[in-house]
Parts: sequence; C-alpha cells; structure tokens
Amino acid sequence: MKIRSLPTWLTSTLFFLVVGVGFQIISSQGWLSGYWQQVIMLGTLMAVSALGLNLKYGYAGLFALGHAAFYGIGAYSSALITKDWVVGWSGNPAGGLAGVLAIEVGFILAVVAISYFKIGHLRNLMRDKLSRWLTPFEASVLATVAMLLAGGLIIVVIGGGSGWLVRQGVLALVPPVLGALPLAISQQVIFLIALLAGAVLAGLVGFLVGLPLLRLTYDYLCIATLGFGIITYVFFNNADKLIPTMKGARGMVNIPNLTTWPWVFICAAVALAVMRNFIHSSTGRAILSVRDDPVAAETMGIDAFKFKTLAYALGCAYAGLAGGLYAHLYSFLHPSNFTWLKSVDPFVMVVFGGVGSMTGTILGAYSFELLLEGLRVLPAEFIDWRYVIYPLVLLIVMLFRPQGIMGTKEWGFLKLPKIAKREHGQEEASAGMSKAEAQASEN
Amino acid sequence: MAQSDIHNPDPGSNSTVLKIGGLTKFFGGLRAVHDFNVEIKKGELVGLIGPNGAGKTTIFNMVTSIYPVSEGDIVFKGQDITDLPAHEVTHLGIGRTFQKIRIFPNLTVLDNVRVAYHPHSRYNMFDGILRSRRFSRGEQEMTEKAQEFLAVFGMEDLQEALASNLPYGAQRRLEIARALATEPDLLLLDEPAAGMNPHEIIELMELIHFIRDRFNLTIFLIEHQMRVVMGICEWITVIDFGEILARGTPKEIQNNPKVIEAYLGTQATRMVA
Repeated sequence: MKIRSLPTWLTSTLFFLVVGVGFQIISSQGWLSGYWQQVIMLGTLMAVSALGLNLKYGYAGLFALGHAAFYGIGAYSSALITKDWVVGWSGNPAGGLAGVLAIEVGFILAVVAISYFKIGHLRNLMRDKLSRWLTPFEASVLATVAMLLAGGLIIVVIGGGSGWLVRQGVLALVPPVLGALPLAISQQVIFLIALLAGAVLAGLVGFLVGLPLLRLTYDYLCIATLGFGIITYVFFNNADKLIPTMKGARGMVNIPNLTTWPWVFICAAVALAVMRNFIHSSTGRAILSVRDDPVAAETMGIDAFKFKTLAYALGCAYAGLAGGLYAHLYSFLHPSNFTWLKSVDPFVMVVFGGVGSMTGTILGAYSFELLLEGLRVLPAEFIDWRYVIYPLVLLIVMLFRPQGIMGTKEWGFLKLPKIAKREHGQEEASAGMSKAEAQASEN
Repeated sequence: MAQSDIHNPDPGSNSTVLKIGGLTKFFGGLRAVHDFNVEIKKGELVGLIGPNGAGKTTIFNMVTSIYPVSEGDIVFKGQDITDLPAHEVTHLGIGRTFQKIRIFPNLTVLDNVRVAYHPHSRYNMFDGILRSRRFSRGEQEMTEKAQEFLAVFGMEDLQEALASNLPYGAQRRLEIARALATEPDLLLLDEPAAGMNPHEIIELMELIHFIRDRFNLTIFLIEHQMRVVMGICEWITVIDFGEILARGTPKEIQNNPKVIEAYLGTQATRMVA
C-alpha cells in the first residue's frame, strides 16, 4: 500500500537508479563478459534511435525510411569532433569541433535570417509588381530566381560569415581551455559536446530534408526518404575527398573509445524522459492529431506541416544521438553500417514492440539485439540459422499480434497521466488537479 | 479574439460575417462549383441544400481552405481569406464539422477537444519538456475549458474513452464540441444529422439552437434531412450541378418548382402541377 502512494516521479527515478547502478555493479564485478556488456549498450543506444523513429512513424505517422542516414550523420560528425581532439587538429577546415559547430551555427542563423525576411512572401509581392509589365509566367520565374539568389546570398553572407566567426572562436578558445583540464575530464567534456553536436546536426539535416519531402505521404514519402538514405551512403563512401579524416569507403578508424555504460544509460534515460514529456504535452497532442487526421487537425487550427517537420527533425536528432554513442562504442565506422537497409532495423524494433508505444519500442530494441546476438550461442555449423529463426519470430509475432507486443500500451511513468474528472463541486476538482500537476512538474 | 467576441457580442449584429462572391471550382475539366454567391449576416442560421454531388461540400472545403479556390473570393469579417492556409482560417474564427466524421480516433475524448486549444496554448514545447510551472498552469487551464465543453455536451464521463470507441451519435457531438472549442464566430456544419434516427434528429436541432445562442454563433449548414433544414434554417440556398438554383426562406424553397424538379425529377413536377 505504501509503495502505491508514492508519486510517479519518485518511483520512476528509483527504477532508473536501480537499473543504471545495478548494471554498472554487475559489469564492474565481472559477472557479465565485455561482449555482453557491449550488446546491452548497443541495445540501449538502438532504443534511443528507435524512439526517434517511433516519434516519426508511430506518433507523427510519417512512413520514412531514411533513419540510418541520420544515425550515420550523428556518428560521423561526433567522431570527427572527438577524433580531432584526441589526435590533434587535422588541419581540415570542414572537420573537427570547429568545423561541425561552424556548420551548425551558420545553418541556424541562415535559416533564421531567411525566415525573418519571409522570402516566399517577398517573392509573391515581387511577382505581383512585375506582372504589370510582364506575363504572369515571366514575372513568376523572375521573382523566383531573384529570391533564390537572395536566399543564396543570405546563406553565404550570414551563414558562412557566422560559421567562419565560430570556427575562429572555437580554434582560439577551446584548445587552451580544455588543455588546462586533465585529459580524463577534457575528454568527457568534448565527448558531451560531440554527442550534442551530432544530435543537433542530424536534427538540422532532418529539418532541411523534411522541408521538401514532408509534403509527401505514405509510400511516396518512403521512397523519397529512401533516396536521401542512398545519397548519404554514397556521401559517406566518398567523404574522404572532402574531409580526409572520414576515410570514405576504407572506414574511419581509431575513434576514441569513450562510450561507457553511464554515458549510454544517462543519454537513454534523458532521451526517454524528454520524449515522454514532449508527447504528453500540447505539442505532442498536436502531432498525434496530425497523424490521426491531417485535414481535421488543420481545421482545429493546427499547422500540420509544421508539426510533421518538428517531429521529423526531433526524431532525426534522436538517431544522431544514438549514432554518436555507437561511433564511440566500437571506435570504427564504415559506410556499410549506414546503408538504407540499416534503416529497416529500427523499423523492425518499432513494429515488433508496438507502433506508437515508447515501452514497446524499448522492448523491441532490446529483443532485436539480444535475439540476434543471443542466437550466437548456437553451434558453429548452425550459426547462419540466426537469420532464419529471427525472421520466423517476426512472422509469428506479426501473425498473432499485428499491433506489436505492446500495441499502443505504456508502462509505468510512460503512461498518459490520468486526469481528474470534473466534479460538480468545482473547487475540489481543481485543487486535486493542481496537486497532481505539481507532482508532475517536480519530475 | 474569438473568445472576447463571445463575451462581448458585437452591438452591430447585422454586420456581414461571410461573403462569398463568384466562387468557382474546377477539378481538372470538371466544373464542380460555378459562380456561387452568398452573404451571411451575424447570428443567422443559413442552410445549403442540393442533390448529391451538387457541390455543397466542395464549397465548405473552399471556405475552410482545404481545397484551393479556382476563381472568386471569400471574405470573412471584412478580411479576404481566399488564399489563407486552412489553420489560419480556423484562427480567424471559422469552425467546421465533416460529412464523414473526422474525429481523432486514437486520442481520448478529452484530448480531441484539448487539441483545439493548442493554438492558444500558454506554454511552449520547452515548458512541456521541462514540466515548468507555466506548463502545469497552461495544461490545467486547457483541461478545465475542455471539460466544461464536454459537460455542455453531456460527455464528461467519457473523457478517458478513446474517441473511436464512442457510439455514432456521440462521435457527432464530439466533433461539434471540438469545432466549438476552436472558439469560432462562424460554424460550418456538414450534414450533422446524417445517419441519425428521428429522436436523435430532434435532439440535434435543439442542440444547434442552443449552441447558437450560447456561443453567439453564425451557422452555415449543409443538410439532406428536410425536417432539419426546414425546421431551423432562416435562409436556404439551393444548388444543383454547382450552380445556384434558388434562395429564400424555407417556405419559398418548399414551393419553388425548380427545387422540386431538382430533387424529384420532372415527372414529379408534372404530378405536383
């Protein structure tokens, strides 16, 4: 009875502490081999990536197949940063901390500037003015070209300029500051920055890709995002021509081995808490409504496209974060880990666990990794049967439980918070509500 | 804005709310609506009728910007809304329901209504993620308003139910409640009585009168059930093959030979004559 009366935030914090610290103790005592520790960490980071896909596919209803591309963008960009720090400044302006941060800040400022100038609106104004002297077609073409040039100018001047400033600032400030710290600490700091930068870059690229592609739906969107996945794969394969450290098709080696259980676990726990709070808020409800019926959502005053883009970009950022963790787990990156086929993995996890369920997604991620790796205990001559047994399991689950293991159900603190019914004595109801909400806000 | 209008009704209640001029829609080579005009004054209850495929829903879809307009213009409260995106039309104060129910099936009844408050939300995404004080206050405010609406529609006990699990009549009421939660000045009802039994239809007619008075609404309604249209509408416009056939009071429409012909065919016209 006493346990039941504990508030959700406390029980869930306790649960996370027990799991996190428990696994740390188990692995530090040597009760679990290094190999299985890696498998568990891989499962956890794949859960983060799959949560991102669940946001795109399960919550926003976007049937998008380019998830591995964003996973790869996060992996490569964060690896560039940490490798640059440990090995030393590679001398390439596009790579490393200075390069990645410069791209991000430049990108954000350019987008802000372009949206501030409302280029689409300006184009229409210009077209209307021009159509006095020209045919509508000529006016439209001329206005579009002019505004494309203006947009290009903004990107070069504001984006490029601010990027250059950031690069100079990072190069001047960061090495001395981090150099003053002991190596063990500065490595962790740079790892944190690298993870965040990888996630942000993946999210920004997702936003940019989403702008044209998210006007499509269903299979059209699927094929278009697949196209983006292939482009990214080709880019990774040939990236050494642009950024030599990325090594292209030979694979990027000697990435510092910084991913430890506390890192993976804390990232996953924070990612999960953010996702839960996000989806159980007004913004989350707007995203769900767009999934259920975009036309009805528009008539509710919801800008469907904006929320699709938001969900897509955030989902991509989750993939980027997982990619950063992955890069520093095996210290080796190869483009073949980020082909479009790898986009299917998180898909399987989400569908297996339950589309639109965070609990299910996490279960799906662990069962996927543990099943594939666990089947390695088979005798050597049967080891290839893994790829027969695992698809059979998938088939059986889909036949008997097409909604996935969890359906859309959630466990524990991931559940939709209960809302007190409106009482006739309204005073009491609102008092009870504020108490429940106060507990939620402390979480 | 819409909220303040509800509480402080405009003294000049004869002002035009919606004015549609020369509205035309082509789907490829098919002309679905041709030169449709209507002017609706504040507080009026106007009906739009016509045989199946006459273009009634197409007109609603153009007013709410779900379809782009081919020709003509739509002016709402003095503002041209012809080229505005659908969500901005809603922000200005046009709410609507659909012929085929379009509730959010996988959201709870309460959340279906709370979605409508998102554009007026007092907290942003980051308040939501960090569960700030502003989040708790904004969320509580939204919940209370939504529950109030559900109470008006007698659905307060269903708030936790998934919308897809509601019976048909309740889904219709939920759709109307949700449209009202966007705080509209003009409500477009697309066949609200479709699929209802006579008893439910009487309830619906009472409900429409009730919400018009309570929320100070102007209502524009499409309906096939003649007893609904004739019973509650003050003005009726009849269209057929995308063109206006007749307009007038229910009495005038009932006796208009053109209307009878469109609905019953020429032979019937002869019989009546």
